[in-house]
Amino acid sequence: MTDVVATNETILVVGGGISGMTAAIEAAECGKNVVLIEKSPALGGRVSQLYKYFPKLCIPTCGLEINVRRLRFNKRIRVLTMAQVSAITGDTGNYTATIKITPRYVNENCTACGACADAVSAEVDNAFNYNMNKTKAVFLPFNMAYPRRYVIDPSIVGTPEGEAAKAACKYDAVDLSMKEETLELKVGAIIWATGWQPYDAAKIQPYGYDRFANVITSVEFERMMDKAGPTGGKILRPSDNKEAKNIAFIQCAGSRDRNHLTHCSRICCMASLKQSTYVGEQYGDDEAAKASIYYIDIRAIDRFEDFYKKVQEDPKVSFIKSKVANITENQENRNPILHGVNTEGYHRYDNEHDLVVLAIGMQPSADITQVTSGVHTDASGFIQVHADNGGIFGAGCASNALDVNRAVQNATAAALRAIQVVNRVSGAEA
Amino acid sequence: MTDANTLMVEKYRNSFLKEVEANVEEGDWVRMCMQCGVCAGSCPLGPHWAHPPQEIFMMIRAGKREEVLTSDSMWMCTSCYNCIVRCPRELPITHIMHGLANYAHRLGIAPKMNPTRRFAKIFWDNIASSGRVNELTLSIKLYFMDGIASGIKKGLEMMGVGLGLVKTGRLNPLGLISHSGVKDTKGLHAMLKKAKEIEDKRKGLA
Ligand SMILES: Cc1cc2nc3c(=O)[nH]c(=O)nc-3n(C[C@H](O)[C@H](O)[C@H](O)COP(=O)(O)OP(=O)(O)OC[C@H]3O[C@@H](n4cnc5c(N)ncnc54)[C@H](O)[C@@H]3O)c2cc1C
Repeated sequence: MTDVVATNETILVVGGGISGMTAAIEAAECGKNVVLIEKSPALGGRVSQLYKYFPKLCIPTCGLEINVRRLRFNKRIRVLTMAQVSAITGDTGNYTATIKITPRYVNENCTACGACADAVSAEVDNAFNYNMNKTKAVFLPFNMAYPRRYVIDPSIVGTPEGEAAKAACKYDAVDLSMKEETLELKVGAIIWATGWQPYDAAKIQPYGYDRFANVITSVEFERMMDKAGPTGGKILRPSDNKEAKNIAFIQCAGSRDRNHLTHCSRICCMASLKQSTYVGEQYGDDEAAKASIYYIDIRAIDRFEDFYKKVQEDPKVSFIKSKVANITENQENRNPILHGVNTEGYHRYDNEHDLVVLAIGMQPSADITQVTSGVHTDASGFIQVHADNGGIFGAGCASNALDVNRAVQNATAAALRAIQVVNRVSGAEA
Repeated sequence: MTDANTLMVEKYRNSFLKEVEANVEEGDWVRMCMQCGVCAGSCPLGPHWAHPPQEIFMMIRAGKREEVLTSDSMWMCTSCYNCIVRCPRELPITHIMHGLANYAHRLGIAPKMNPTRRFAKIFWDNIASSGRVNELTLSIKLYFMDGIASGIKKGLEMMGVGLGLVKTGRLNPLGLISHSGVKDTKGLHAMLKKAKEIEDKRKGLA
């Protein structure tokens, strides 16, 4: 049984992405006790799935590692993974949160030696790679995973494969008898940092994400670039595993569209500008390598304009001012063909590409109104700043579509608000 | 220039967008267009228009009154509704196209020989006279709209279809002599006249 000490001076942080980690660390470093719960088996959220960060094009795991170090050595933070909030009751300074913990079947004894994984052959979809490939049914979520502990997929529990994993463990870390647990925590304030999820691309019918193999999403493209990713760091067409060189990016795929998400997801322009540089990185001077960005207008917010300017100078990258109307497929080579009209001159085009990347919109990943009432969200489901929210504060992409820099700022602000609430509880603040 | 047209030019001097907003059905949506181009790219007849809807909207905002109203572009719309379904801002594009066509027609500056306009007029006259369409006279008028020779040619081309329709009871050859319209044709005509009066007054066309 998991035992967690929490009082109404404790801050509960829901979601262990970069925002939740930041809020938890900032609050703990100010001397507050924090319980951080994360739905998946490891911290890091979507940032851990990125290949590089704009604007500096550095490696995301670097920034994550710094935060993991701050977090690991802080005794005031208790991390629960594979945990989700199912209900919140109570009021500012006095909440009760019901938390469900899914069994991991691996306990704290795990040294991540990997012997259990070697002992099984069953495979499951690799969620970390957006199901683009398979992973063993006993797996480490990703190379940098924290907690650094294996996970056993429930599908092999109760099978000889599960037993084989258990037998292979020298540390008595495999526990196949684990059951789902429910905890009730008393907390004073709650930071909701459940982040974002990609909009369901299959719903954008004219783009045929569900019909054409060589139409993928920006998050999948990001995984392709990772050496540890599904394609070993190569940009390969799903239809034939050949290198894709002539690549199209379609902006506002699901965003700024009353048929889909009405809001501007804000990050997708920068994400595609960044990803267009991957093409040069991958193919060097190869003349066949090209990136074409189809856009309504480029929204490289504030200082990112510099980044946009730089990409504009890249001879490999071209810009077509047009929201693509629809995509068809060349039956012979399975190349996607993009149809539309270019606003600059109103010229009609039918452009064939090797691969199409949909700059997919960002939407809130968890709906807070399902677990508690009274929290204000906007039309897209993002948590708003509102007095009625009491001691519950949105942070990072749960409150808006933000880049990492802004998500972290936003999370720090949420931590400050939560600190004020628990200070009032303890009488440290009026 | 027709009188109605001169009147409008005076009234909305230099603001074609305002004129469209005031007088064209659903015209107040035009300003909402964000020039993404999805309508233009989604139009099945797109390659055959001089100006796709997206361009028409921009021309309206740029004050290109003459070019828009005398263009035959909006007459090409077949009401497939692809553009409406896909427009990210839910502009009723199909309706705006018909609204523009209708407005140009009312001002008397729509392209005279545009086949859609001519068909629409023949259709309207046909249905408005009795309250019900007489398909036989409608098709005959349509075949002969470019003169007797081409009318006979088109009639012969379509003879098989026509006979098929007669055989299956879908076309009544007696329609040529007797056509049953609505009961109160007089009342219908009075109603249409009144409706036109009201509309003309509202649009300042009277
Ligand atoms: C294609 C693409 C590329 C991008 N590239 C960049 C870039 O280069 N630079 C940049 O600055 N930004 C980039 N971003 C934006 C970046 O991904 C976000 O800013 C960042 O992920 C925000 O972090 P977060 O913690 O708010 O949310 P997330 O990363 O989504 O983390 C949320 C966490 O909460 C967990 N969670 C969800 N629901 C629950 C629940 N019910 N209970 C418990 N836990 C839950 C999730 O498992 C996850 O771990 C990119 C975005 C896209 C779409």
